[in-house]
Amino acid sequence: MATEIQNVPAVPGLTRKDFVTPNDVRWCPGCGDYAILNSLQRTLPELGVPRENFVIISGIGCSSRFPYYMQTYGFHTIHGRAPTVATGVKVANPDLSVWIVTGDGDGLSIGGNHLLHLLRRNLNVTVLLFNNRIYGLTKGQYSPTSPEGTRTKTTPGGSIDHPLNPLLFALGAEATFIARTIDNNPKHMVDTFKAAHEHQGVSFVEIFQNCVIFNDGAWDGVYAKENRDHQMLFLEAGKPLLFGKNKEKGIRLNGLVPEVCDASAPDILTHQPDHPSPLYSQMLACMGLPDFPTPIGVVRQIQRPTYEALVHNQMQEARAKRGTGGWKELLHGTSTWTVE
Amino acid sequence: MTPATRGFREMKSVVVRFAGDSGDGMQIVGERFTDTSVTVPNAIATFPDYPAEIRAPVGTIAGVSAFQVHFGSQTVLTPGDEPDALVAMNPAALAVHLYDLAEGGLLIVNSAAFNAENLAMAGFATNPLDDPGLQKKYEVISIDITGLAVESLKDSPITQREKLRTKNFFALGFTYWVYGRPLEPTIDYINAKWAAKAPDLAEANIRVLKAGYFLGETTETTRNRYMVSRAEVEPGTYRKISGNDAIALGLIAGAKKAGREMLFSGYPITPASSVLEALAGFKHYGVKTVQAEDEIAAIGVAIGASFAGQIGVTATSGPGMCLKSEFIGLAISTELPLVIINVQRGGPSTGLPTKTEQSDLLQALYGRHGESPLPVVAANSPSDCFRAAFEAVRIALEYSTPVILLSDGYLANGSEPWKIPCETSLPEISKPFAETGKPYVTFARDPETLARTQAIPGQPGLEHRIGGLEKNEKGSISYDSDNHAEMTRLRAAKVEAVAKSLPPLRITGEKSGKLLVLGWGGTHGAITSAVESLRAEGFDVSSTNLRYLNPLPPDLGDLLKGFEKVLIPELNSGQLALVIRGKYLVDAVSMTKIMGRPFKVSEIRGRILQLLND
Repeated sequence: MATEIQNVPAVPGLTRKDFVTPNDVRWCPGCGDYAILNSLQRTLPELGVPRENFVIISGIGCSSRFPYYMQTYGFHTIHGRAPTVATGVKVANPDLSVWIVTGDGDGLSIGGNHLLHLLRRNLNVTVLLFNNRIYGLTKGQYSPTSPEGTRTKTTPGGSIDHPLNPLLFALGAEATFIARTIDNNPKHMVDTFKAAHEHQGVSFVEIFQNCVIFNDGAWDGVYAKENRDHQMLFLEAGKPLLFGKNKEKGIRLNGLVPEVCDASAPDILTHQPDHPSPLYSQMLACMGLPDFPTPIGVVRQIQRPTYEALVHNQMQEARAKRGTGGWKELLHGTSTWTVE
Repeated sequence: MTPATRGFREMKSVVVRFAGDSGDGMQIVGERFTDTSVTVPNAIATFPDYPAEIRAPVGTIAGVSAFQVHFGSQTVLTPGDEPDALVAMNPAALAVHLYDLAEGGLLIVNSAAFNAENLAMAGFATNPLDDPGLQKKYEVISIDITGLAVESLKDSPITQREKLRTKNFFALGFTYWVYGRPLEPTIDYINAKWAAKAPDLAEANIRVLKAGYFLGETTETTRNRYMVSRAEVEPGTYRKISGNDAIALGLIAGAKKAGREMLFSGYPITPASSVLEALAGFKHYGVKTVQAEDEIAAIGVAIGASFAGQIGVTATSGPGMCLKSEFIGLAISTELPLVIINVQRGGPSTGLPTKTEQSDLLQALYGRHGESPLPVVAANSPSDCFRAAFEAVRIALEYSTPVILLSDGYLANGSEPWKIPCETSLPEISKPFAETGKPYVTFARDPETLARTQAIPGQPGLEHRIGGLEKNEKGSISYDSDNHAEMTRLRAAKVEAVAKSLPPLRITGEKSGKLLVLGWGGTHGAITSAVESLRAEGFDVSSTNLRYLNPLPPDLGDLLKGFEKVLIPELNSGQLALVIRGKYLVDAVSMTKIMGRPFKVSEIRGRILQLLND
């Protein structure tokens, strides 16, 4: 690093309060963002990272106000482009713990291209994608994850766009860590954020988030009290795919496709997030209402070299081969002549 | 070999243009001719002119590629107006370039390529080589270049296809003979390139190069030869450099002088791509390069690096500037250092990707949303791109602001000898980060520069947030009207404060008089050549070139007042003229050219004479 940074103890004994800013939080009362903010403020002190090494980078949208509420370094950038700024920060200083906060519109519509490339490059950062299936900050237009038929001010006759599945998108870009969590389960959020942080490589976390004003109840079919037991499939590595109030149902393969079966069936699938083939992860990503429970947890986690490590390896190799370049080599190049 | 002085006509300077199909290797022979001439030494400037298509259909007008070399025994500031000699490798090249050849000029043609098919593709109904008018107007040397090259390789083991491809070196060898140039630098080049991995190919190209030269010798009595003596060149160590390479070096030099690492992020676009290509070779200098997914990402990555405490740089051309403009606004609002390079080309839209223009000046000055001023710096010659890039880094860091550096296709691809500066002649760039342990105020300003001080991620206790929403001095979001007015004023005042750091204008001629020719960027060579030649003839004309387009130099207003008339030549529709007329209320005369090509010295001379005689 070119910059000189004072050393601090590796485990600074931080608490949640150290991550709370004095700024008034301006989300609507009842917004799912509060729970996510709270969960991240609970997570960061437990990661063994000095507070000054956290950077939170966002785009535009309700969720993208996030950095203002975190007592860390933060950058509220422009619509859809947070992944690009995060790339610059992480490549410049790989020691930093970089978190991107984005939403379904910011990350998958205007910023879809950048998210795609961030994921395939495997930059060692974490992406928190708040999915509320609506444009909130602009007051309620449909988003790229809104289901077909969604009626909004711009779609009075119902949306005709086929929605994007964020997990499938991440899989298509071959992200090395893909997870889903929900805004009404703080413990699951904290566990997921920790796992995402520990992953060496890009971590993509879709968070089902409720917009209380413009799309209230968007996820009730999945996580409302009356649905949650039989509509959510909590994933645990090495454990069978079971769900239901008493884990009485399971998932098995019927040919190439999954089917719901009794938990006593002998061929219940075991969750393997590290399976090298993406087909299994794709099956999970496609599961959901109305025929299947919605998988929650770490869908996929594989290993691949990180982008910033490769950048710095190449720099080291160049230095090993050519030395740290000096002025003469720089200015003279390979061919000069002298006039007496 | 023939003694170099016998049978030669002495010339002060010569312009040679090599033209052929884009697969004929014209850029290579142009480069070789240049490298040979700098060793004489001659003063030199070059201009490649190639099509946007990588390989347009062989023999077509669209596929013609050319390289012009101007070499002289005195100062050479431009690649030259009309060529004194044209080497045309096929009918299409002749069709495109003949109109430019000076009357009485030397025309060397590859007669083998003048077959019915090629003539038809070039739009000739009859073979122009059979036209007695052509012979009368020019000194035509028609050689079966293809045939002789292949014949000289009849016992070479290389393939017929490879033999055909050596013809450019035959043409080069013959041209060397005409101008009495040594063969050794080219032989060394061929050996360095091929001797190890393809010795037969090296041998063949050398043999063909010599065959071209010897053809001149054996048929000597019928030919004129021309000699350009050694130039009086300032002593020192030189290298040849193109504009884009000079930008790369200037950026690295600036970063080194500032003690910062550089992150350069770009997206391939003509004619800016070679900046990224050049910098990718300097990783051992701590240069990080990222080829981003698009133009927007490229500047975003650079801004991220700047936020993290390095110097972020991106380069593009006009269409890319449009895509980056929202991010430039963010960098202005957050007051982060950043260098954005625009290697201009003909526009609008895809326009003329490989041709030059200066039509993005107003975009650089004003092409953003909101009140968003930033410093704009322009390079004025290929080697000057070094100092211009260095300056851009200095201003960006010292004033914590994005800076636009304007170059153009003509400077980017053109090359000239560069007297290598001593690193101690470059100023130090000092911009420390905030002090850890002291309270941090995000937009507290240096009283002199009005720049803010950065605290960077990793500095304990200085955690803060920046972003595109308007902030107050403390860095908190503020929608307050008075605060917005004050921050807008401060951002503009900071850019204006750069003026205090600018050197006085360099003037060719006097500080007052009849006519001032005011230029900016790459027109410097043509304007200076025109003005110097007219001054030598006794005309009252002076000129200056603007390195700084925003803020304008503080001494410009007085200079303008000292002249009866002001002429502003630009490769656009009068963009600087609009600014000058608006800012100084001077009745400047605009001279414009929008043809994708640089000004000729003769064009500017003509306009100056017209104005002086009015």
